[in-house]
Amino acid sequence: MTYSLRQIWTLFKKDLLLEVRQQYAFYGVLLYVGATIFVLYMSIEHVEPLVWNGLFWIIQLFISINAVAKSFLQERPGRMLYYYTIAGPQNFILAKLLFNTVLMLVMSVLSFVLFALFMTYPVQQTGLFIGLVFLGGWSLSLVFTFLAAIAAKADQNAAIMAIMGFPIIIPQLIVLLNLSSGVFEPHSAVPVANILILVASDVLVILLSVVLFPFLWKE
Amino acid sequence: MRKWWWKILSIVLLFYAVVAGLNVFNLSIFQVPRLIVVEESIRNLYFHVSMWFSMMILFTVSVVQAILYLMRGTPRHDIVSRQYAVVGIVFGILGYSTGMIWASFTWADPNNPAEASFASIAKDPKLIGAAIALLIYLAYLVLRDSIQDLDKRARVSAVYNIFAFAFLFPSIWIIPRILESLHPGGDGNPALNPKDINAKMRLVFYPAVIGWTLLGVWIVSLKVRLQLLKEKTSLPS
Repeated sequence: MTYSLRQIWTLFKKDLLLEVRQQYAFYGVLLYVGATIFVLYMSIEHVEPLVWNGLFWIIQLFISINAVAKSFLQERPGRMLYYYTIAGPQNFILAKLLFNTVLMLVMSVLSFVLFALFMTYPVQQTGLFIGLVFLGGWSLSLVFTFLAAIAAKADQNAAIMAIMGFPIIIPQLIVLLNLSSGVFEPHSAVPVANILILVASDVLVILLSVVLFPFLWKE
Repeated sequence: MRKWWWKILSIVLLFYAVVAGLNVFNLSIFQVPRLIVVEESIRNLYFHVSMWFSMMILFTVSVVQAILYLMRGTPRHDIVSRQYAVVGIVFGILGYSTGMIWASFTWADPNNPAEASFASIAKDPKLIGAAIALLIYLAYLVLRDSIQDLDKRARVSAVYNIFAFAFLFPSIWIIPRILESLHPGGDGNPALNPKDINAKMRLVFYPAVIGWTLLGVWIVSLKVRLQLLKEKTSLPS
């Protein structure tokens, strides 16, 4: 099977175009983000930094599950057969990974802005935190994209994706929580080792997806 | 019984593990170093830690069988893979139970009832790593049951098995490195590092691990034979 940058780009553009026209995943997740943050805003006025951190990452986790689930599970079975005839499996999964990354980054930034607005903002090192938000969103979206590909074969059940995903995402969440707990002091050192661990996990997910997806591809 | 030699070996090793581990005949060679708080309960090492080792070995065999299934496509690999995962889960639950009993004597604060200490213990990195392993394989079983078509079930669950296992090992390595910076260790007791083990205890520990693993393999072999018989006679499984 050959990797084709053109195929990846075409599939990515297709997903992007569908998203811009239907805005199915975008508004769905936006509503989810808005509702969650609104409930929090109504119930809590001021939170400790570590609680703020925990709440933020919980919301990121559920956003990624929702956003990624919608992207894969809205494909009807006939359409998957069509993709099978025109594209290679590695190109398909790479395009999906890329698209979900972009979607998740947009949603992460939006949820961060809303969160910062409504809940009192305790972060001291904003640049670092935004970088962490991007990194975390990327990691979450990669893992859940591949799991959504698996769940799509399991009779399109979105709950199964969450069940499978939760234990796998725990170590990355722990690293993210540890990293982001450092941004609440103005001058704390950046633990590069943890960031490298996260990046290494992401590369591992991409490699595994590309190797394993062809087995899921054949019906 | 078929292939009896390693089954007899398993029985002999487990018998040895119990007799020597609990030092039934009070021989000096099986005495254990008595550390603070832990004292003689260190003997639980032969059972509790062996459970975890056996669990990881069984899960490793499960993932190897999953890879073989994807490479070759013979259904037997898929059946074997599933049964190894199931027995691995059982050993994991046993590991948790032996750990809970041990913790209630050593880690739990003697002033509180044992359940109240749970929240302070549960963040221990090894416990989280073990929980992740069990949750992954329980999700594996749920995934299997959600697919009706047999070939698709085997393929998809093999893919998840490999993916999750490839994440399991690094995470078991990563988490203790991260969490060590947050916690000093289990309260009141110097955390036991299995790599740093007294030579006398090694005499019992390694045979115990082998014995428990062989017992697990025996159970798996029986379950696989049962499953193959069910499939041949087309009984609902």
